[in-house]
Amino acid sequence: MIVASAIWTQLFWTTAIAGGLAAGVPLMFTSLGEAISERAGVLNIGLEGMMLFGAYFGFLATYYGHSVWLGYLAGAAAGAASALFMVVLCVWLGLDQIVVGIAIFLAGEGITSVAYQSHFSSIQPRLGAPPDDPIPLLDRIPLLGKPLNGEFPLFSQPMIVYLGLAFAVVLTWVFRSTNIGLNLRAAGEKPEALDAAGVSVVATRSYAALATGALSGLGGVYLAIVTGTFQPFFTQGLGFMAIVIAMLGRSRPLAVVAFSLMFGIALSINGPLEAVGVTLSPEVLHMLPFASIILALILFARRAYLPPALALPYVRGAR
Amino acid sequence: MTTTPTAVGPEAPLAADLHLPSGYRPAGRLLDVLVRSVVPVVLALVAGGLLLLGMGRNPLHFYGDIWTGGIENGGWQSSGIRMAPFLLIATGLTVIFRANIWNLGYNGQFLLGAALVSGYAPPLEAHVPLWFAFTLLFLLAGAVGAAWTIVPALLKAWYGTNEIITTLMMSFIGIDLAQILIKGPFHDPTTPLPQTESIQKLLPQIPGTGDRPGVHIGLLVALAAAVVVHYVLTRTAWGLRLQVLGANPRAARHFGIDLKRLIVVSFLVSGFLVGMSATADIVGVQGYIRTGWNPAYGDTIIPFVFLARLNALAVIPFIAFFSVLSTGGDLATANAGLSTDFLLVLVALILLFMTVIEFMGRRRELGQSYVTPGLRQALRAPLYRRRAA
Repeated sequence: MIVASAIWTQLFWTTAIAGGLAAGVPLMFTSLGEAISERAGVLNIGLEGMMLFGAYFGFLATYYGHSVWLGYLAGAAAGAASALFMVVLCVWLGLDQIVVGIAIFLAGEGITSVAYQSHFSSIQPRLGAPPDDPIPLLDRIPLLGKPLNGEFPLFSQPMIVYLGLAFAVVLTWVFRSTNIGLNLRAAGEKPEALDAAGVSVVATRSYAALATGALSGLGGVYLAIVTGTFQPFFTQGLGFMAIVIAMLGRSRPLAVVAFSLMFGIALSINGPLEAVGVTLSPEVLHMLPFASIILALILFARRAYLPPALALPYVRGAR
Repeated sequence: MTTTPTAVGPEAPLAADLHLPSGYRPAGRLLDVLVRSVVPVVLALVAGGLLLLGMGRNPLHFYGDIWTGGIENGGWQSSGIRMAPFLLIATGLTVIFRANIWNLGYNGQFLLGAALVSGYAPPLEAHVPLWFAFTLLFLLAGAVGAAWTIVPALLKAWYGTNEIITTLMMSFIGIDLAQILIKGPFHDPTTPLPQTESIQKLLPQIPGTGDRPGVHIGLLVALAAAVVVHYVLTRTAWGLRLQVLGANPRAARHFGIDLKRLIVVSFLVSGFLVGMSATADIVGVQGYIRTGWNPAYGDTIIPFVFLARLNALAVIPFIAFFSVLSTGGDLATANAGLSTDFLLVLVALILLFMTVIEFMGRRRELGQSYVTPGLRQALRAPLYRRRAA
């Protein structure tokens, strides 16, 4: 009962939501990116590497440029640049997406680690805390509004978080009601039909892959900015989690956002629990979301749906 | 390169879209295989050298150090020690990739096996004869690795659930579970550090491999596993069935193959071999395990499985090469003042050049693909029901 009452304190909820957002937003950007590219039929296994590229270059830009926006821009650009390999090799030349994805993953790990350790290992620089932008009025709501203990809840987040959430809503609309969305879906479901309709499958998939790169890069920078530093391998499998989330959310943006935040909370819930005096093994909490999804998969058979043309290169006229 | 020309390789004529050049002869094919497998490595080393040059390091010194550290002066023993777990993982991945199934949960399978082996090795060694303890430990880790693939295997076999998701998730769970085991039941009470008790007796050494840690018999186990797996894959009916499943699942069902059983068994075999690598590493050289230790061997091994074109015998030289690269790389990167993660860049370059060479080869219709055509289709979520209709 002590446990139960401790959980209902404001401190717990504020820190839980704040921590969940801090951990979940990088996941959100990255898995939204993966959702776009999966819709278009490009499976991107290299998200982890793209996140690291984005994080490192975004970190550099934020550190030297003294502006988080410069950081976001640089991170997204770096992510998109690494996605260029994916575009050229997989979309244009039709090479194996998984092999190229693994190459990007390894290159991202290797290059950023080598670069960081040869430039910063002795200084270990830190970025300042990101400026938060409270939403007027809403920031007065308890639990969701007021910062507490230096933790920033839902309505006192950096601007980029609101933009990301808004982007998910826009993306839902784009997928559902626009030509662009229809093209993207057709590129993954039946590329021949898209081609027959006179839209270039290659171009559609290229833009999708680039968007994925930019979003994963953004996810990476956000991680660097919110943790205040870059460390080699500090994404710790977030990129792979994002693949899982995008597949589980069936590439529906709002479901993807919900899953990301759920995973974010599970990844970070340990701090808030300790703050109210509940100690649970962090590993148990960490594996809870995965275990529950596996359980759901066993009980309800298949939750994940993948477009039929996913990971298949499109060759005009080939059967 | 020891690629035996065989009718039932990954390039078996079962693959429907097999285009052979008109002047097809086995010798020509062997040359082609050599070109396609070795050239990417050479190109990657050259590109890596240019990269080193760009960073103001001497590439000749770097590669010289890899030779010194990985081969000379006791280096080859260290490489051999590293090769044992690498080769077991590579063999395990070869089996499952042949069936067009992606077992990407190798990290969890490895770490869970490692945690259990480090926990049970000290009491086992104290109570049963040593050779029996070692055998049991190999079987235990293998069984754990295999058990960790059961859920993805059943979901794949019965519902066609995408195994990339399920194996990755099981991997995350396995890694967490391993940490819990290390901190909890297997924690060494004599130290506050979160680690297991040191294993007193490590695997015996192969006679004649020197005494400044010689190569342990884990390498022999791994080599034997590779040979047996190669035999099974290329010379038995089961291997042929796996081949048919890999080439075309619908054809396989048409032939009357029990797909569900085949999928589950191939997962189990793959998990078993990956699990065994944990014993080779923990009882072979590490001696204990600490929380947070996750070497993620499989990530860097996958490229070499592809380069070996899913041939379990051809995997041996590639993994030997990678072990030398990895062992010598420690010295080379230290001397060059770089992080050892530079080796990841080299492996990534090998993969990139592999795909490019592959593309050029396909263009010239030289031969077959590194990645069997059907392996790409593995991602079509359900195996039989939903199809591009």
